[in-house]
Amino acid sequence: MAYSDKVIDHYNNPRNVGQLDKSSTEVGTGLVGAPECGDVMRLQIRVNPETQVIEEAKFKTFGCGSAIASSSLATEWIKGRTVDDALGIKNTDIVKELSLPPVKIHCSVLAEDAIRAAIGDWKKKNSAAETVDAAVAVVAQ
Amino acid sequence: MSTIASQVEVPEGVHLPIYMDNHATSPLDPRVLEAMMPYFTTKFGNAASRNHSFGWEAEQAVETAREQIAKLIGTTAKEIIFTSGATESDNLAIKGIAEMYRERGNHIITQVTEHKAVLDSCKHLEKNGYRVTYLPVKADGLIDLDDLRHAIDDKTILVSIMAANNEIGVLQPIAEIGKLCHEKGVIFHTDAVQSVGKVPFNVIADNVDVASISGHKIYGPKGVGALYVRRRNPRVQIAAQIDGGGHERGMRSGTLNVPGIVGLGKACEIANAEMATEAVYLAGLRDRLKAKLESELDYIHVNGSMEHRLPGNLNVSFVYVEGESLLMGINDVAVSSGSACTSATLEPSYVLKALGLGDDVAHSSIRFGLGRFNTQAEVDYVAAKVIDIVKHLRELSPLYEMVKEGIDLTKIQWAAH
Repeated sequence: MAYSDKVIDHYNNPRNVGQLDKSSTEVGTGLVGAPECGDVMRLQIRVNPETQVIEEAKFKTFGCGSAIASSSLATEWIKGRTVDDALGIKNTDIVKELSLPPVKIHCSVLAEDAIRAAIGDWKKKNSAAETVDAAVAVVAQ
Repeated sequence: MSTIASQVEVPEGVHLPIYMDNHATSPLDPRVLEAMMPYFTTKFGNAASRNHSFGWEAEQAVETAREQIAKLIGTTAKEIIFTSGATESDNLAIKGIAEMYRERGNHIITQVTEHKAVLDSCKHLEKNGYRVTYLPVKADGLIDLDDLRHAIDDKTILVSIMAANNEIGVLQPIAEIGKLCHEKGVIFHTDAVQSVGKVPFNVIADNVDVASISGHKIYGPKGVGALYVRRRNPRVQIAAQIDGGGHERGMRSGTLNVPGIVGLGKACEIANAEMATEAVYLAGLRDRLKAKLESELDYIHVNGSMEHRLPGNLNVSFVYVEGESLLMGINDVAVSSGSACTSATLEPSYVLKALGLGDDVAHSSIRFGLGRFNTQAEVDYVAAKVIDIVKHLRELSPLYEMVKEGIDLTKIQWAAH
């Protein structure tokens, strides 16, 4: 399969790789996908409680080049936006930017899901700030 | 800043891209090409033309090739018929035997990791009133002979089990399978495409009745194959699937592909002379590659038996790294992956799934297919490059990080998508 230059660029130089402290109330974590499906994305945001602006975004992805590129691009796009603004990012925007072929559209869907999951996690924490453990809600205990 | 762009140096004498996918196809040996050339140009006759020297010349070349193939697999030239390739050979063997022996029974036994040419031929027969048993394989990729023994019943007419698997390179116990079939009076067909010319294969010692052979897997040309059909003890009859001029003793009509057949014959002659030394050489390269990968990387899983395996095959899963992303990082090396993302169907390899591996392990698999023209320097470069890219991708892998932190990935409720 031929990859677009932008996918190759994100694959070769992924932006914002890493992790944030998921126990912090300022941090929201989204873990989406499944290993048996061949892609798992973890996207994290650190939100300024005063301004609601996403000041930091980090990701790690297990998946094909398009999945890595979609999540890398997602972190670039959400940084500096307010959480409500970031929720406006659509998978179709990612498809367009990376010129993803039809078989790779699910990678962009997963990236949108990751943004929503991270923001959802942050919102959940901050509506009930005392239940810090909710941050790891994705881990079944 | 993590960057995936690899800094691995290319050693002297190594030319990129490196071809290491010899189970898919192999390069034509220059000696084979040389043997074929005259049959494209001056010696263009139709092997079925009986009235002039052009035809006689072509026929003579075809008969020489038949003998070269027969010699490699321990039989006589009369028992070799030519086809367009292994897919046709498998179709002709399975459908042709099923049709010919329909009155004796309607049951066929095969196994789950066969090539699609065998599996789909069997599926076709199932739609036409045949019953097919698909034997499972053990974790090492081999069938259990007891399963086969129990599966044979009084309606069984054919057992079709491959000699060597195209993905994981494991060698089925064909001599024992053939012995069992002969005891029960059942015909034994084997898809021997990956094993002929690579490991000893003898239709008498291995109790084989019908065998499929391909040209392009053994440094011969594409578009030509052969089918061995036993004429004695037992005499096997096959109903033709292509009707026409009655070529190939009526089993396969169609003007013979003389240059291709000459190439297949020459490839078999070379294999016969060089197989023993080449097998040692390839096993050495393969073991070197494996040792290098294992010395630098954790969470490596070798798929299939190492003991019963083609010398040039290594199929490994680099767990927590997705196969297609790995291929993208080693784009100057031609290998294959069992990842869903590399397949047209978006399903991970059915062969790896049959070993009882989770889909996640199948997604992480790479097949290295070493061949005659690979060198030690190439192996060293490929090993270094794979190690480099796997390490980078694991820095990017949330799964690898979680496992390193002691999290049990099976305890996580993953969202299906």
